[in-house]
Amino acid sequence: MNWLAGFFGDAAHWSGPDGIPVRLLEHLEFSAAAFLVAALIAVPLGMLIGHTGRGALLVVVAANAARALPTLGLLVLVVLLAGVGTVLPVLIPLIVLAVPPILVNTYEGVRGVDADLRDAAYGMGLRGRQVLFRTLTPVALPLILLGLRLAAIQVVSTATVAAFVGLGGLGRFIIDGLATKTYADVVGGAVLVAALALAVQFAFVLLDRAVVSPGVRQVR
Amino acid sequence: MITFEDVTKRYRDGTVAVDELSLEVPNGAITVFVGPSGCGKTTSLRMINRMIDATSGRITLDGQDVREIDPPTLRRGIGYVIQQAGLFPHRKIVDNVATVPYLLGWNKKKARARAMELLDLVGLDPGLADRYPFQLSGGQQQRVGVARALAADPPVLLMDEPFSAVDPIVRASLQDELLRLQSELRKTIVFVTHDIDEAVKLGDTVAVMRVGGRLAQMAGPATLLTEPADDFVREFLGRDRGIRRLSFISAKEVRLRPAPSDLVTDEDGRPLGWRTAEGLAAHGTFNPETDSLRAALDAALLSANGTAVAVDEEGRVRGVAGRDAIDELLAEYAPPAAGPAPGASRGGTSEGAPT
Amino acid sequence: MTDEPLVRWDWIARNWANGGPTAISALLENHVVMAFLPVLFGLVVALPLGLACVRWRWLYQPTAALMNVTYSLPSLVLFSIFLSITGLTRSTVVIPLTFFALAVLIPAVVDGLASVPDSVRQSAVAMGFRPARRLLRVELPVAVPVVLAGLRVATVSSISLVSVGALIGQGGLGNLFIDGWQRQFYTPIVVGIALIVLLAVLADGLLVLAQRLLTPWSRARRTA
Repeated sequence: MNWLAGFFGDAAHWSGPDGIPVRLLEHLEFSAAAFLVAALIAVPLGMLIGHTGRGALLVVVAANAARALPTLGLLVLVVLLAGVGTVLPVLIPLIVLAVPPILVNTYEGVRGVDADLRDAAYGMGLRGRQVLFRTLTPVALPLILLGLRLAAIQVVSTATVAAFVGLGGLGRFIIDGLATKTYADVVGGAVLVAALALAVQFAFVLLDRAVVSPGVRQVR
Repeated sequence: MITFEDVTKRYRDGTVAVDELSLEVPNGAITVFVGPSGCGKTTSLRMINRMIDATSGRITLDGQDVREIDPPTLRRGIGYVIQQAGLFPHRKIVDNVATVPYLLGWNKKKARARAMELLDLVGLDPGLADRYPFQLSGGQQQRVGVARALAADPPVLLMDEPFSAVDPIVRASLQDELLRLQSELRKTIVFVTHDIDEAVKLGDTVAVMRVGGRLAQMAGPATLLTEPADDFVREFLGRDRGIRRLSFISAKEVRLRPAPSDLVTDEDGRPLGWRTAEGLAAHGTFNPETDSLRAALDAALLSANGTAVAVDEEGRVRGVAGRDAIDELLAEYAPPAAGPAPGASRGGTSEGAPT
Repeated sequence: MTDEPLVRWDWIARNWANGGPTAISALLENHVVMAFLPVLFGLVVALPLGLACVRWRWLYQPTAALMNVTYSLPSLVLFSIFLSITGLTRSTVVIPLTFFALAVLIPAVVDGLASVPDSVRQSAVAMGFRPARRLLRVELPVAVPVVLAGLRVATVSSISLVSVGALIGQGGLGNLFIDGWQRQFYTPIVVGIALIVLLAVLADGLLVLAQRLLTPWSRARRTA
């Protein structure tokens, strides 16, 4: 607790290029960029695979690989290969690790839609695209959002570790604190990241409330 | 009219689901495809709206080959009801019903107004319009399914085991409701079921199919019960064919005699029972205008003295019929030897159905 | 570093078992222990806790919420927070990873027991099983596939997450990443990633095998 008071009570931590506001903004920037790219890749791909049933193996492989691949190792290797000091390469592992949860859940969501419902949709005269967007997507939405949420958390988490390879953001407090044995900074940084992760979690709860049809939410 | 001309469906693995099926589905009537599982009845139905395409042969709808029509366009003109209703869980009841009108580009107000009309037509409380499917019972969902299929007023309705998943009491009321609707709407309905009783109750024409996708017999329900084409159909129809056939004979012609004095009635003339030394004894009633001969016989069997009480729509006594009077009609319409079926009309066939 | 090969085999040969604490084999051993202890502890705690959640339904909501929150915290965050309690020790990695394992295993146990068809439970009751015996002989065996599925996720995640502990000096094979980074040397990094993925695949395979042995009926049903 003393450490926390020391960290948050220190005015120097609230301004300047390595103050909390700047670090938080950086963290958000990297995370948002990686998250968006991952979502743009994984949501359409997951929907396509779920709808057509082709490429399901890719999903299984991605799901397992994402769990087994060590974040830190991937970060270190990619940045070394691409050359230290550039920001863009750091985003690659962030994106790579965010894709699988979105892909898997979008795929499961679309594929898991009741066969009768698909049948009814086609039987009413909906075209393939209409079936996908007007029936499968709204019904799969809770799972798609779950995937996006897991990915967002994953990105925030990986971005923290990425401070080790030179990325800015809140992870800096932890990594630099560890290097200089300033444990107040380590714990303070950890609390900030935890708060950010919980805020992301909460934002998705709100998003879920706003966009998922009550008819679908109740079924689950 | 829908016609099947030598329609065959063979799957890639070689199974033949439907084998050289040729039949005609008349307009404005209910045609039931019935048979054991694997007889190709659902496949046949789904080939009409091209959910499945035939391997060979031709299906025409009012003379036009369905293969020449783009499937979604074809389907928007054909109502489709399936077993689990298949309602869209994310949309309110009213929007579920308005699905096809929306697809056809109706404006929202008109589509919703039409949907409300249909909810009323299928006997649903308009208060359910803003609910979601999960908030409805299975029977209610199935009614919504029917309303949704009727929304754009399609001339043809395909119903794939629509009432199989609900309990017997709800099923009976849904069947009665369908007959009532049909008496108003006169749609061309193709109805698939594995339940022969349902087929006989609902069908103007019943097509019995056997495993391997072959047509065993196609006839009116009365004919089917009297003259099954072969052992397969006979076995599939089950027991009590004789008694069940009486459902298709109107009780109108039962000779009535005036009520005897030992029939006790209330002040409005409604029967209360037969006077005996021990008190009132049981009686059975039938309405000669709307009931079948089966109902009349049933009423006679229920009566303590074997005499059925004929009542009018208000339940007032019109007369009585003894077993002799019922026997006369039985001898005429259902002679002991299997003869050709008389032209029993479908009027008043649906026992217990509100008409 | 462009001329540096991804893998220098001679480095691996020299460092596989050099007797010191930084030998690859020593790190591997360390990694295995740190990855499996949390899963083991997690299972020991999750079984009774899961059962309790099934027995007293009101317990599940708050437990699930707590697990959900825990799971959303980055591993590095939990390591950092425990650093203030347990210092630079193995516990600082093992305790947070136990929480992660719990977050996966408790729902798995609850879902597993929920997956027992009511007809099965009812007929067990009707045949006269007492609750404890019914749980042991009927419900738990039927729940095994779902619990094992959770165990697979927890195990693989745990194996991968241990490496983040390298940032606080307790990362098993993860220490190779730090080493490689500091010396701008690919080989240890590649070796670390490869061994971790291999370890994960191996553990996963063993658990699949365990499931086959434990629940021969589920395999029969799948092939039917």
